[in-house]
Amino acid sequence: MEATFQPLGDQAVVVQFGTTMSLEAYQQVRRVALILDRHPIPGMVEYIPAYTTITIFYNPQALYDWNQKHTARERAEESDTLYQIVCDLIRDQLKQATVASAGEERTVEIPVCYGGELGPDLPDVAALNQITEQEVIDIHAGGDYLVYMIGFAPGFPYIGGMSERIAAPRRKSPRLSIPAGSVGIAGKQTGIYPMETPGGWQIIGRTPLRLFRPEDDTPSLLQAGDRVRFYPISMEEYRAFEEGSS
Amino acid sequence: MTVRVIRPGLLTSVQDAGRYGFQKHGVIVSGVMDPLAHRIANMLVGNEETQATLEMTLKGATLEFQKDALISICGGDLSPSVEGTPVPLWKPIFLKKGSVLDFGPCRTGIRAYLAIAGGWDVPLVMNSRSTYLRAGIGGFQGRALKAGDELSFGARTQLGEEMMKRLSSQSAQASFIVPEWGVAQEMVPNYTSAPVIRAIRGNQYDWFTKESQIAFFSEPYKVTPQSDRMGYRLDGPMLELTEQMELISEAVAFGSIQVPAEGKPIVLLADRQTTGGYPKIAQIATVDLPLIAQTKPGDTIRYTEISREDAEWLLLVRENQIRQLKTGILVKNA
Repeated sequence: MEATFQPLGDQAVVVQFGTTMSLEAYQQVRRVALILDRHPIPGMVEYIPAYTTITIFYNPQALYDWNQKHTARERAEESDTLYQIVCDLIRDQLKQATVASAGEERTVEIPVCYGGELGPDLPDVAALNQITEQEVIDIHAGGDYLVYMIGFAPGFPYIGGMSERIAAPRRKSPRLSIPAGSVGIAGKQTGIYPMETPGGWQIIGRTPLRLFRPEDDTPSLLQAGDRVRFYPISMEEYRAFEEGSS
Repeated sequence: MTVRVIRPGLLTSVQDAGRYGFQKHGVIVSGVMDPLAHRIANMLVGNEETQATLEMTLKGATLEFQKDALISICGGDLSPSVEGTPVPLWKPIFLKKGSVLDFGPCRTGIRAYLAIAGGWDVPLVMNSRSTYLRAGIGGFQGRALKAGDELSFGARTQLGEEMMKRLSSQSAQASFIVPEWGVAQEMVPNYTSAPVIRAIRGNQYDWFTKESQIAFFSEPYKVTPQSDRMGYRLDGPMLELTEQMELISEAVAFGSIQVPAEGKPIVLLADRQTTGGYPKIAQIATVDLPLIAQTKPGDTIRYTEISREDAEWLLLVRENQIRQLKTGILVKNA
């Protein structure tokens, strides 16, 4: 899949892989992220991976200074704009770097207390799909999921791979407050709320894990590229987990 | 503790250049709305540019200094004064122990940046001192300042120390002392309630109808009251797509102008989300971000198109001016 480049203003470049969400596009984005982790380009500030794009932010002055020092490079012509220089650097990096991408995959197990007061929409999701609540739990916990990107809120994972047998539209009127750790369904997606926030997802359970950890070096429990498995726990286990962690 | 908050003003928070490097975890950048005023304020007191300043909004804070201090105020003119005497913007100011700094009516702009030599001493969270108000992290206890808060500042740089010594030796009586020199007039942005802002075509510019493209770069857009540090909602001619198209969520940047289905543009600012799914009609040139950050509800913005190459060039010219200013400050205090 060929990468296309577009500027995002005067200090970022969007590298895009196709125009539809696909596993292949995702893998390309992931590959670029892994390469940049190991070999950041000069002047790079950070990158944001998404479904089909990875956007690389750079410091124009730092890049300019670097380029001035490396005029020996054949391509560094006077007429080159910083944007052209940054695109060339990324292209080179992607060509040269070989990355053992598959070796990095993590699986994160997420305990969920399904239903009851922690998952008030479980009955609705079951009724909508004409199955029992237990079947919803079995299907949700039986799935193999992939984190495509983190966005919307700190640590909020966009997770793909949920069975359509438990899909459910967003609630007609959003709740004003959804507690942190709530596990929800919206359409064919499932997700976890890292912070208390308003929201319209159907809430089927809650995890005692903290998804957003501002005190940690890696503040998001989940990372793009993680495999995720959910497993059911009882209310007692949920409480014990909460007490144990605090 | 060395600086006591008597009145906090409308919205005063500790901010630095931003929390970079964590957007891939969904953590927003935060940081100052007017990066130029913030940087110059730090430079005028001999600070590293990474130090935090206090960002005040519309109505400034009342602060009591319990120690001698070297400060500077840059950005919007919120009528700063010490014991009833106006103090100038864009200059270093030596404040005597016991002085009370106050702010009055908002004359130009909307945000003022108060730097102190040594920097506001708050812990680094994820490598930044910026307050992330919604998540309640960073800055001063993760929140805007309140009456009774006590702030402290760090150790001055050698340059800051030298500047302070020079100023303090000029007078024994005055409660504040400013030098003759300050930032050259051509470096000070022309904050206005009707700015013309240069913008580059966004990556989905071609998705919009010809009429919308023309309207965007010619008609005035009003800043609505639904505007804050996260983004400004603008009111003006409707912007429509040629056909209904869905954008797959992707990264946004400071100054991205996105257009939701109802057709009114939103300018994304310091507290923007990391990603967005609305088409982007334009991106404000970095050099003009201070101009929009200093507008307030009711103000009118016009956009004029600029090429990416020119925006890049202007940005490098600006950086060069900032370097010269830095050298100038060093030379004056050597």
